[in-house]
Amino acid sequence: MTEVTPASSDDEPILSLRGISKQFGAINALNDVSLDIYPGEVVAIVGDNGAGKSTLVKVLAGVHPASSGTITYRGDEVSLANPTDARDLGIATVFQDLALCDNLDVVSNLFLGRELGRSALDEVEMEQQTWALLRQLSAKIPSVRTPVAGLSGGQRQTVAIARSLIGNPSIVVLDEPTAALGVAQTAEVLNLIEHLRERGHGIVLVSHNMADVQAVADRVVVLRLGRNNGDFAVADVTYEDIIAAITGATDNAVSRRAGMTGATFTRVKEGLSS
Amino acid sequence: MSTSENRPPTNNTPAVDLPPATGIAESWAAFRSRVRGGDLGAIPVVVGLALIWTIFQILNPTFLSSANLVNLAMQSAALGTIALGVVLVLLLAQIDLSVGSLSGLAAAILAVTFTQLGWPLIAAIAAALAAGAIFGWFYGFLLTRFGVPSFVITLAGLLGVLGLQLWVLGKLGSINIPFDSWIVQFAQLMFLPAWLSYVLAGVATLAYVGAHLSLANRRSRAGLLPESRTAILLRGALMIVALLFGAWYLNTDRGIGLMFLLFIVLVIAMDFALKRTRWGRSIYAVGGNVEAARRAGIRVDRVYISVFMVSATLAALGGILAASRLAAANQSSGGGDTNLTAIAAAVIGGASLFGGRGSAWSALLGIVVIQSISSGLTLLSLDSSVRYMVTGAVLLLAVIIDSMSRRSRALHGRF
Repeated sequence: MTEVTPASSDDEPILSLRGISKQFGAINALNDVSLDIYPGEVVAIVGDNGAGKSTLVKVLAGVHPASSGTITYRGDEVSLANPTDARDLGIATVFQDLALCDNLDVVSNLFLGRELGRSALDEVEMEQQTWALLRQLSAKIPSVRTPVAGLSGGQRQTVAIARSLIGNPSIVVLDEPTAALGVAQTAEVLNLIEHLRERGHGIVLVSHNMADVQAVADRVVVLRLGRNNGDFAVADVTYEDIIAAITGATDNAVSRRAGMTGATFTRVKEGLSS
Repeated sequence: MSTSENRPPTNNTPAVDLPPATGIAESWAAFRSRVRGGDLGAIPVVVGLALIWTIFQILNPTFLSSANLVNLAMQSAALGTIALGVVLVLLLAQIDLSVGSLSGLAAAILAVTFTQLGWPLIAAIAAALAAGAIFGWFYGFLLTRFGVPSFVITLAGLLGVLGLQLWVLGKLGSINIPFDSWIVQFAQLMFLPAWLSYVLAGVATLAYVGAHLSLANRRSRAGLLPESRTAILLRGALMIVALLFGAWYLNTDRGIGLMFLLFIVLVIAMDFALKRTRWGRSIYAVGGNVEAARRAGIRVDRVYISVFMVSATLAALGGILAASRLAAANQSSGGGDTNLTAIAAAVIGGASLFGGRGSAWSALLGIVVIQSISSGLTLLSLDSSVRYMVTGAVLLLAVIIDSMSRRSRALHGRF
């Protein structure tokens, strides 16, 4: 395993996971996994299908409590037994399916479950805060009073991310935020992630997309078969190294294929020139 | 007042902001774009109602007479109250098929406890309402605890509650409620004094205009685009004219029945609860996306249970009003077409069967449509065979419009 010092090594990690295991019946979804999350840092979690990424997200979100292991928040040991625990600690999770109510407008979605106002809802205050938040994120949302069904995929992702920021969390967990998005929308979301980092949030980015990871992440944590299989600083790691850690070997189908297509390409070029 | 004056200071204004529209022209443009996108709102039912009234008035000139409209209003109150509860259940994309039986049970409990057991009237009413609330809680409990579809639970409820109603009525089968009791007086003979109806029309308009103007002021101060003051005042003017004319016209006959006024007050209160409270917001959220609501921390089970309780209580209240108007409870109270008429009214009024869309006003509009058809056909001396067929056709039309506008909304990327 490659040991790296995180970008902001002088800071204490906000959240530290040590020896986290999670069993579903006879299946070990996570096995002795460790993870540190620092403020102002984007840590990407990558891995193959079944590597335990989603389970780790659910442990962080409090959806599935860990079977064993310790979680420390700013030095104090804590438990993440349910989603409310996670929210109270300041861990906000944006799930892959976004979980927006299509029939409600942007403001209602942002404040869903924690509306402002004593007896009647304070729509003016909520709308004002919504605009303030969207402006901080430099988000382009045409209107906060149309149902979110009318927004594009990127805008919906923006709304979901903005919603996670209500209550000013210290950690934002993003599960595959760009999986369903086009090129321009992906760029918007990546900009948004950089904004979040500038605001000092610790960000956990779960992604399949190596281009996104290399574009915004500071650190890459690789999971393989439910275990840690590498922790790299993005600045000094190559695409091939990450792939090797994901698949568990330098000699694997992906790198062989990379070599092969290169060779084929050369051969075709030679064929054309001759 | 010009549009530009209404624009708030730019420091707090978002770069791109279309609605809320600030002038009448913009309001109209936003309205047209909504309609094109399939967000028809109350338009189909209002147009339908105008059509129905015109046709019946041509066929029989007494249809729009004040005497007939006074009756129409009184007939709408009981079923409309039941339909108001159905709207709530439909907002959650659930159904309650037992509202008719629940109203019948409430009527039976009222009659038996009041006349046979000699309870005070208020206690009898409370008992009838409590019976509704208990059944509503039970439905919600079964739905949330065991995940049984509400269609099946309330179908079982329809039969079971009907049985309970017959058991409560016992051998008598039909019990008269004394004419001199205040509940019968309330349902049959109490009308607003003319002067009070005009005062109420004025108060309602002032409250509406005042609330909207103060909201517009708050929005300006908060740096948000306010609603146009001109538009608010214009709507207030239309409202006072319509209310005063309506009140005056009904006052040329017996006037506005207190029972109908109670129904209107319930609709307004429900509208406030749905639009301006956390409870209402969570109902729309659960109807739109249950999983999203759950993850947002809304206690979904509580929403289901509370809605079924309120809906069943309103059904019981509707049963009490119907029994009072009839001055009797019998084995067919709440039977026949009560159930389906109440559900049809909610759907015709614009509550979507798919959940998450509709408003308290759906119950009022829907029941007025249904009772207009019923009243018009009765005036034409046509029997119930035609009435059922026409009401069925209108319901079908309403559901088709709901489905089509849903498809159109999907095409235009609106919910």
